[in-house]
Amino acid sequence: MTVITDCVKTFNSKPVRQADVPVVRFDDFRDALASTLASRDGELLALFGVPRGPQTVRVYGVTLEGMTGAIGLMATDVGERYPALTRDVSQAHWFEREIAEQWGVVPENHPWLKPIRFHRSYSSGRDAWNRVVGGAILPCVMPEGTDYFKIRGDEIHEVAVGPVHAGVIEPGHFRFQCHGEHVFTLEIEFGYQHRGIERRLIGGPDKRTLPLMETLAGDTSIGHATAYCQLIEGLGRVVAPLRAQAIRAAALELERLANHTGDLGALAGDVGYLPTLSYCGRIRGDFLNATALVCGNRFGRGLVRPGGVGFDIDEPMAAELRGRVEAAHRDVTGAANLLWSTSSVMARFEGTGTVPLATIRALGVTGTAGRASGHDRDARRDTPSGYHRYAQIPVSTWHTGDVFARAYVRHLEIQRSCEYLIENAPQLPAGDVRRDIGPLMVDAIGVSLIEGWRGPVCHVAMTGAEGTFSHYKVVDPSFRNWIGLAMALRDQPISDFPLCNKSFNLSYCGHDL
Amino acid sequence: MLSVIRERWRQGHRTIAYPAGDLPVLPDRYRGLPCVDGAKCPSECRACADVCPTDALRFDAGVRIDMGRCLFCTDCTSACPEGAIAFTREFRTAARTRDALVTDGAAFPLARAVDAKSRRLFGRSLQLRQVSAGGCNACEADINVLATPVFDLGRFGIKVVASPRHADGIIVTGPVTANMRLALEKTYAAIPDPKCVIAVGACAISGGPFAGHDEQHGGCEGILPVDLHIPGCPPHPLTILDGILRWLGRIESSGAPTIDRDSNHSCGTLSTDTHAISTPYRP
Repeated sequence: MTVITDCVKTFNSKPVRQADVPVVRFDDFRDALASTLASRDGELLALFGVPRGPQTVRVYGVTLEGMTGAIGLMATDVGERYPALTRDVSQAHWFEREIAEQWGVVPENHPWLKPIRFHRSYSSGRDAWNRVVGGAILPCVMPEGTDYFKIRGDEIHEVAVGPVHAGVIEPGHFRFQCHGEHVFTLEIEFGYQHRGIERRLIGGPDKRTLPLMETLAGDTSIGHATAYCQLIEGLGRVVAPLRAQAIRAAALELERLANHTGDLGALAGDVGYLPTLSYCGRIRGDFLNATALVCGNRFGRGLVRPGGVGFDIDEPMAAELRGRVEAAHRDVTGAANLLWSTSSVMARFEGTGTVPLATIRALGVTGTAGRASGHDRDARRDTPSGYHRYAQIPVSTWHTGDVFARAYVRHLEIQRSCEYLIENAPQLPAGDVRRDIGPLMVDAIGVSLIEGWRGPVCHVAMTGAEGTFSHYKVVDPSFRNWIGLAMALRDQPISDFPLCNKSFNLSYCGHDL
Repeated sequence: MLSVIRERWRQGHRTIAYPAGDLPVLPDRYRGLPCVDGAKCPSECRACADVCPTDALRFDAGVRIDMGRCLFCTDCTSACPEGAIAFTREFRTAARTRDALVTDGAAFPLARAVDAKSRRLFGRSLQLRQVSAGGCNACEADINVLATPVFDLGRFGIKVVASPRHADGIIVTGPVTANMRLALEKTYAAIPDPKCVIAVGACAISGGPFAGHDEQHGGCEGILPVDLHIPGCPPHPLTILDGILRWLGRIESSGAPTIDRDSNHSCGTLSTDTHAISTPYRP
C-alpha cells in the first residue's frame, strides 16, 4: 500500500476553502484513509456524505494524525453503491451505516449494514434497504434482509431491554445473546431520540442555532456550544477575546467535574456502595451550581456565545468560584477515595468489562473510555484551541481498560480539573468578553474539536456561496463509543451490564441528534 | 470502617429545609419567572420576537411570554430597546394549565392543588415513572437530582419507580420524538388508573428548540392529558419539587411575595388567586 498524502491539512477551527479539499478516486481515498489511520496512529473524526446532484454523494473523510494535531480533509464521489470502507478502515463502521441511512448509498460488503437512527432517507426515492417510499419506519424494527445479531444453539437465549429503561435515563434498545448469565454479544440500537437537528442547522446560523447546539447532548451543553462557537468564529475570521476563552475553558472543566462526579456516584450505587453514591450526588450539584453562579443555568446554557461569552466573571465571583471548587474538590476526593479503599467495591470494579487497547484503536473508541485503556489522546493537548493553548491540563490515562480504569481516569481528571480551576479561575486575562462576528467565509469547510467530558466533540461546518451553512456534521463522542460498551460486555455476566453501562455513561441524544 | 465513618462525619448533613423555612436564594444570575412591562413597548416593536429562538412572545393581550416555549435564554432582554423584559429569581413557575404559562409576570398563579379526590389518592404517596421522549438529558438529570440527599424526594412520599405498573403517573421530558411516541403511549397505558401526567421542560410542553421539526410532535399536547406543566430549559430542581408539592397540596399556597434582593430583577407580587391583582414593581 502506498502512502498517499494528498489530503489538505488544517488545524482545529481553521477553515479551508472547499475547493482546496482534494476529491480523489475512491481507491485512493480508501488507501489514504487506511494508511493515515494505521501508520500515523490516526483517528477518524468524521466520515459523512454530502449530496452532489441526484446520483452522486460526496463522501468527506476527516482524520486526526496522532501527535501532530493536524486534521486531514479529503473527499471522494460515490454513486448508489460503493465497496465498503469498513473492510479496510474499521473505524468507519458506524459512519458508513449513517451515510447509508441518510443518503440511501449502499456500502457493499459492509459487515453489518443496518440503520442507526430509523428515519427516512434524505435522498428522495433512494433507500439503502429498499424500504417502501412513504411506508412507516418503526424504531429498531429491522428492515427486510437484516436482523439482530443472533447466536443459535441449545439453551441460548436473547434478552431485550428498552427503549424504556428502569431509571431516569434516555431511551435505547439493547439485545443480549446469553447462555444463562453469560453474555456472548450485546447489540445496541438507537434512534428513539432523533430530533432532526443536523437538517435544521442547514441555512443557519440563525436565532435557533445556539439552543440546538446546547441541546445536542444536554449534559455537554458547554462542550457542544464551544465547538460550534469556535467554528463560526473561525469562519467569521474573528478571535474571541482571551478573557472569554478563559471563561469557556473554566466552564468546560466545571462541566467535566459535574459529570465525572455524578458518574463516580452512580458507579458506587451500582455496586451497592451507598456512601459515595450519596456524597457524589450532592457534590455533582455543587459543580452545577458553580456553573449557575456564573451564568444562572446549571448546565451553562447561554454562557458560551458566538464571539465570546454571555456572562463575565468579576473578581468577587472568581474568588467565590475558587472557594466553591476547593470545597467540592476536598469532598469529591474524600468520596472517591472511599471507593479505592473498599475491597467489596474494588472486587466488582477490577477486571469487569475490559476493553483492550487494540479494540479501542480498531473501532475508534475515544475520550475518557479510550484513555482508560491506555489510549493517550486528549484534544485539549493534541489539538488545543481557545485557552487550552496557554493553560495546559495534564492528560490522565490508565492501562487496565476495565470498569476500575474508567472510574479511576475520571477520578484523576477530577483532580486535574480542580487544580486547573483553583489556579486559573482567580486570574482571568483582562479585557472584554464578546466580539461581533462578521459574515462567514463562503464555500469553506471547517473542523472544530473540543475535549468534552466524554471525549472529543467534533463539529464540521460547510458554508455555501451565501456564507450560510450548506452542511453541518456533529460527531458526539458517544457516536464512536457505544461500540466500546458492546465490546466490554463480551463474555461478561449480564448482571454486570448496569455497571459497565455506567462506566461509559454515553449519550443517547448525542448519538441520535 | 473508621475512615468511612470519618468521611460520613466530614460530609455532613446536606438536605435543604425547603419547603420549610425561608425560600432558598438562587444565584443572582438565575433566570426565573419573566416579567414584561408592556407599557414601555413602542407600538409595533417586535425586537424581542425577532430574536426569540422559540417564538415565545405573545402580543395578543399586552406583551406576554409563553413560558411553555421560553428557553430562558434572555436574548429578548438583550434585544429590547426599552428594557421592558426582565427575568426574575422567582423559581416557582409550575402551572396546572397550559394557558397559565403565558404571562407578563405580574400576577402569575402558583400551581394550585389538585381536587380533594386526587389529593386523597396521591397526596401522601406518589410513585412516578419517568419517560424521556427525545429529552437532551438536562431535564432528566435535574429530575434525578431530586433523589439525592439534597432534595430527598422520598421524605415527601414521592418516588421515581422502575415499572409503570407500580406508578401513579408519568413524568415526561423531551419533545416526544416520532420514534418514541409509541413507547410513551404504551408506558402511559401500562399505568393503572387513576393516573397523572407531569410535563417537565420546554420540550415536553411545546417541543422547545425542536418545535416544528418533522421528527417530533411538539411535546405532550394532544398525546397525553397533562396535569402539571413545569417550564424551563431545564427547570431548576426546586421548580420541579415546588411544582409537584404545590400541586399535591403539600405546600399551602401562601401568596407570599417573592423576596428579591436584587431590585433590578424584582417583579410583581405572586398570586395564588388569578383574580388577585397586584401592582408589579417596575425597575
